[in-house]
Amino acid sequence: MSEKNIDLTLNIWRQESPEAKGHFEKFEEEISPDASILEVLDEINNRLEAEGKAPIAFESDCREGICGTCGLVVNGHPHGPLPKTATCQLHMRNFKDGDTLYIEPFRATAFKVLKDLIVDRSGFDKIQVAGGFISFNTGSAPDGNAILISKELADQALDAAECIGCGACVAACKNSSAMLFVSAKVSHFALLPQGKPERYERVQSMVKVMDENLFGSCTNTYACEAECPKGISVLNIARMNREYFMAELKTGTDE
Amino acid sequence: MIKLDSKVPEGKLSEKWTNHKFNMKVINPANKRKFDIIVVGSGLAGASAAASLGELGYKVKVFSFHDSARRAHSIAAQGGINAAKNYQNDSDSVYRLFYDTIKGGDFRGREANTWRLAEISNNIIDQCVAQGVPFAREYGGTLANRSFGGAQVSRTFYARGETGQQLLLGAYSSMNRQVNLGNVEVFPRREFLDVVIVDGHARGIIVRNLVTGELEKYASQAVVLASGGYVNVYFLSTNAMNSNATAAWRAHKRGAAFANPCYTQIHPTCLPVHGEGQSKLVLMSEGLRNDGRIWVPKKAGDNRNPNEIPENERDYYLERKYPAFGNLVPRDVASRNAKYVCDEGKGVGGGKAVYLDFTDAFKRIGIDAVKDKYGNLFDMYANITGFDPYKVPMQIYPAPHYGMGGLWVDYELMSTIPGMFVLGEANFSDHGSNRLGASALMQGLSDGYFIIPYTMGNYLGTEKPEKVDVERSEFKEAQQNVEENINKLLSINGKQTVDSIHKRLGHLLIDKVGMSRNEKGLKEVINQIRDLREEFWTDLQVVGNAKSINQTLERAGRVADFLELGELMAIDALNRNESCGAHFREEYQTEEGEALRNDEEYKYVAAWEYKKEGEWELHKEDLEFENVKLATRSYK
Repeated sequence: MSEKNIDLTLNIWRQESPEAKGHFEKFEEEISPDASILEVLDEINNRLEAEGKAPIAFESDCREGICGTCGLVVNGHPHGPLPKTATCQLHMRNFKDGDTLYIEPFRATAFKVLKDLIVDRSGFDKIQVAGGFISFNTGSAPDGNAILISKELADQALDAAECIGCGACVAACKNSSAMLFVSAKVSHFALLPQGKPERYERVQSMVKVMDENLFGSCTNTYACEAECPKGISVLNIARMNREYFMAELKTGTDE
Repeated sequence: MIKLDSKVPEGKLSEKWTNHKFNMKVINPANKRKFDIIVVGSGLAGASAAASLGELGYKVKVFSFHDSARRAHSIAAQGGINAAKNYQNDSDSVYRLFYDTIKGGDFRGREANTWRLAEISNNIIDQCVAQGVPFAREYGGTLANRSFGGAQVSRTFYARGETGQQLLLGAYSSMNRQVNLGNVEVFPRREFLDVVIVDGHARGIIVRNLVTGELEKYASQAVVLASGGYVNVYFLSTNAMNSNATAAWRAHKRGAAFANPCYTQIHPTCLPVHGEGQSKLVLMSEGLRNDGRIWVPKKAGDNRNPNEIPENERDYYLERKYPAFGNLVPRDVASRNAKYVCDEGKGVGGGKAVYLDFTDAFKRIGIDAVKDKYGNLFDMYANITGFDPYKVPMQIYPAPHYGMGGLWVDYELMSTIPGMFVLGEANFSDHGSNRLGASALMQGLSDGYFIIPYTMGNYLGTEKPEKVDVERSEFKEAQQNVEENINKLLSINGKQTVDSIHKRLGHLLIDKVGMSRNEKGLKEVINQIRDLREEFWTDLQVVGNAKSINQTLERAGRVADFLELGELMAIDALNRNESCGAHFREEYQTEEGEALRNDEEYKYVAAWEYKKEGEWELHKEDLEFENVKLATRSYK
């Protein structure tokens, strides 16, 4: 698989703590084009540790693009310049010998930097606790085939449910809006018959907590969809707005 | 001294669970809220357990080292989840799923547990549909199925190649509902480092807050460990970077027997290793074996482009050797045969890879249909390797994937520490010496949604444990133990990095306790691991301190535990003088190179009791087979 190694200049964000002032640290590296960008960081860290220096703190887990743990801004793009690709799937063959890279954490008011490239995305969990579920107790389910769902609808719901909760949409948005994330969750449930009974309450509760957690508003620039590693569509945002509007009409509350 | 009591109920196999549910104690709804339960881990088993225990009214605390509970490694499971629904009218049944699982595990699993798993499988699908899991559907709106290895029926439910993600998000959403209702509290970024035992029962845990570095103590009336599997011991595996054995291992050192550690599954369809800097191996779902055909060139050293190798010069070795199951033989058989052909020099480019070819599927069902079924996997392959699998056959090679071994549990999923239950991959139950595809998701959810809610009540109703205070001496002792361990790691001040030692451990284990093992190699590797452990504790470099985020320290603690577990894996493999499932001892094979069991002497679960570092006592749980006839597995 491997071709010739390439030489890159990496400018990597270092920040000791949430309060500390951060800065870029420069690394000159010779890199295998088969390596992923996270493996490059592994190599640098291994060297730093051997020298007794503090390694670069960054998060990753599955390294298969599905857990949503990793997330770096590479040259201004959350998850890097490749479309529909999570950071862990960004391989160095996508860069040229002599390129300079800037690697930063996801930046948003709602995502506090904890250390170097690690941010706090707990706001996402709070939004889901507010209503991202179908109220249903274990043990009382009817047979799986008792509810018929057309293939088209199931596929649409899955398109939305594929969201990996990484936060790239927030980092991409000039307003730090979480609308793409929340709308993917709302759409997944609203599309399915099982989710219909609670659809209005759900969208209202989730939007309320989204606002409380310092996520901004949507102004339709679609940077979120462009940077989303799963290609979640902004049509979900339109659907969520519709759900929300209907909910306001039904309940008559206006916050 | 541990005494193993499997607590398998009397009676007919098909009635055991039903009868046992009736015989177990129940706790009235008003009293349930008086009980605190700790759940460690938030994957399929942990999240589903937390959700259903919360629904019953227990007060549950969930701990996860992830930043969010939704990131547990169950999320990466691709292919699907089995159930005996028989929606395809292809003669499936609870008995057939049970039989396939027992046979697939090469008759080294507990009959009663495996039956219960098959029986519950159907409820799981219903449960997941009701909570909004968008399973694949047929055009008429019914649930779709695909087939998987080790079965001749189509019983696997799926959501593209992201079934684990969708099931986990389902369990996570149910758990979130209980958080919303105040029954469950989630503690992210906390790593379990010790279990606290009061009067012989598990009554709490010590965790490290991975952000502040502080050690925190939590008390409860029961502890549920759902902390996942241990094959990251091999360094390179399909497990996530942070998957580790620390929770299970620390519990083991406090008295929980560890069963069958040598049963490690090496999954046949993974991407080959590309170089030394590689951090992990990536799995391509076994579902691909439904439509892909596996082959190597007939001639060793044939380095032509695969598309230029004509049909009659290809060896579709699985189809040739196993005509009945073909490319869908169980994982252990598929992996071993890939190793054989590569050892003969027939691997791609003479190396460690075989072809997985979809050319016939493209012709048969069309590229679009293949894309619909496996699109994300094909994309992932192209992304990682730089090759387009729509044009050139994929290259695959086996990689460590799943630990069938784990903490020993009885029929009620309780370990040898009373009050400590173990769920999901962390326990040893249900899969014998080899797990069939699409069974891990089934087991995790079965344990969490449908078993622990009942057996927990039985324990609490029988023992009626009182609440304990975290200021007790047992908590202080456990915390001190953890603190000393951390300080020891930080003060070695040597030259080697955590990863470099972990990699060396991985090389030792994959060579000698991997797809095939022999007595000489196992004896050697035990000493080599001991030496490496010595090196670790005298020449390790852990930068930084314990007072804030320190990922090197986290990994160092985990690798310290892997260095002990690795030794036990080798000891277990050396003890088992037979070949069964994933455990293949070269000395014990048939003339055709298939696994040769020794039922007379080894028809038991090997449960190891920790005595002191490098010393264990073996306890045997004899396996009784009343309902299936022990047979030589044949997939021919």
